[in-house]
Amino acid sequence: MSVATERIAPTVGADARTVPPAGFRRSRLAFPLLVALVVGTLYFLIPLLATIQSSLDEGRGFTFDAYRNFLRDGDFYRTISTSLFYAFLTVVGSVVLIFPTAYWVNLRMPWFRPVMTLVTFLPFVIPPVILSLALQQAWGGTGPIPIALVGTPLLLAGAYVVLSFPYMYGAIDNGLRAMDIHTLTEAAQSLGANLGTILIRVILPNLWPAVVSGALLSFSIVMGEFVLASLFNYFTFPIYLNYRGQNEPHVAAALTVFSFAITWICLGLIQLLSRRAPGAAPVATR
Amino acid sequence: MPLAWLGVLPFLIFAFVFLGLPTVLVVIGAFTDANAHPTLGNFSILTQHNVLNAYQTSIAISGVSAVGGAVVGFLLAYAALHEASYRWIRPILVTFSGVASNFAGVPLAYAFISTLGFTGTLTLLLNNVFHISLEQMGFSLYTFWGLALIYLYFQIPLMVLLMVPTIQGLRREWREASESLGASTAQFWLHVGLPILTPPVLAASLLLFGNAFGAYATAYALAQGGINLVSILIGYFVAGNISFEPNAADAMASGMIVIMTFCILVFSVLQRRTSRWIK
Repeated sequence: MSVATERIAPTVGADARTVPPAGFRRSRLAFPLLVALVVGTLYFLIPLLATIQSSLDEGRGFTFDAYRNFLRDGDFYRTISTSLFYAFLTVVGSVVLIFPTAYWVNLRMPWFRPVMTLVTFLPFVIPPVILSLALQQAWGGTGPIPIALVGTPLLLAGAYVVLSFPYMYGAIDNGLRAMDIHTLTEAAQSLGANLGTILIRVILPNLWPAVVSGALLSFSIVMGEFVLASLFNYFTFPIYLNYRGQNEPHVAAALTVFSFAITWICLGLIQLLSRRAPGAAPVATR
Repeated sequence: MPLAWLGVLPFLIFAFVFLGLPTVLVVIGAFTDANAHPTLGNFSILTQHNVLNAYQTSIAISGVSAVGGAVVGFLLAYAALHEASYRWIRPILVTFSGVASNFAGVPLAYAFISTLGFTGTLTLLLNNVFHISLEQMGFSLYTFWGLALIYLYFQIPLMVLLMVPTIQGLRREWREASESLGASTAQFWLHVGLPILTPPVLAASLLLFGNAFGAYATAYALAQGGINLVSILIGYFVAGNISFEPNAADAMASGMIVIMTFCILVFSVLQRRTSRWIK
């Protein structure tokens, strides 16, 4: 969900023209709405606070023991590395696959865009559980093409790239549409640039915030993805969290805080980057 | 002109290999038997007791969390956008919703266990300070209603994100116009507000339903597979922990695909209707 696509509230402009006379009281917020705000805030804050509390207190007072516990565990580092590995593979693979394709569609085949939207939205229709069933039947070694990809890094990375489709394509497509790629392309071509140069040295620098947004979303998804990793027996960080959590609630709480922190950081970075508008003036014409 | 297709070929091939082909195999598998002959017999799995129960539970929890998420999400979005509330509420709400709608899965389950589990912070607090025992009151996190409570944590933010642009599109001018014609608040909502808002609210609720129906990780982390949902059941099959005929599993999966497709399709159609009024 793109947080950056909010419209300016209509009241901003309207207020400027219809400033009420002094002493006029604004309407009050209806009671049910106030209750909703209060209850909503409590409902969302309490689990976060409780988790933090549970990670810092095992019943014997304030302690960092839960954090020390997993920081001393080799499996923690192993699974974090594995997850980071797949996150990196996914982001790179997704960008390499989608960026040129989205550029090409926007430049030469605009009528193809609905097909792209459909294909990149399919992961919403096929939840990860179904995808795992489907991948097992297709690439478990017993499918029509008897290659066993299940168990290899390629399968999980490929599946994760598919899961990242809607977010990566959405971000990149929005970014491309906000810039004038036709002019940029023609200008670069008139200076003798080939396609590769155009993509990497002309378009990409202008598209950078969108690419990074998509990348961070995908990164966050992969770091938290449980279903595919679990069903195909890859030992990633969410698997580790679940494994520790079954018997040690406080270590689980600490790991959960850690996991939340990763997500918050990713999304915070996206917010920061969304404030920068994508390049409006092409670099070449300045 | 045909050469232009080369540009999209890598993407299409990739999508075919990792998404298209597998999905097609599942759908075909649902309609064929072990000898590759077409049949509808696989769908008889839906009458098996535990499968039927799984579908009932999945539909129930998706419905409950969709309705709950829709109502609370709408109220929150409306409250934040209301002219009488503080301006800073909206950006905080939208940002938090963006983050919280991604909180689903294993961390969320353990966050709630840390809160309302047997040794959860809130459970202990209620017990020791207020002498209220959740257990005696019959509440347990590891039941249907516990899971529904957890699902709301990502359903409500999703609704907020969907509703904020829609409610913002509800123009002040319409309210002012209706008041200048003498309409009361109730009349405004009855003749203007609700007719415009009903399609997007319904559309969003359907999306919430689909979102919950396909969820796996949260329920699994909570009860390690103890709660009987369609997604958990299919997961059991993939992990080899339960024996269905592969074609029967395909039938169950196809059922889920149909439900998800329905949700997304109706959502798109309703959104298009909405954009006639709300741009």
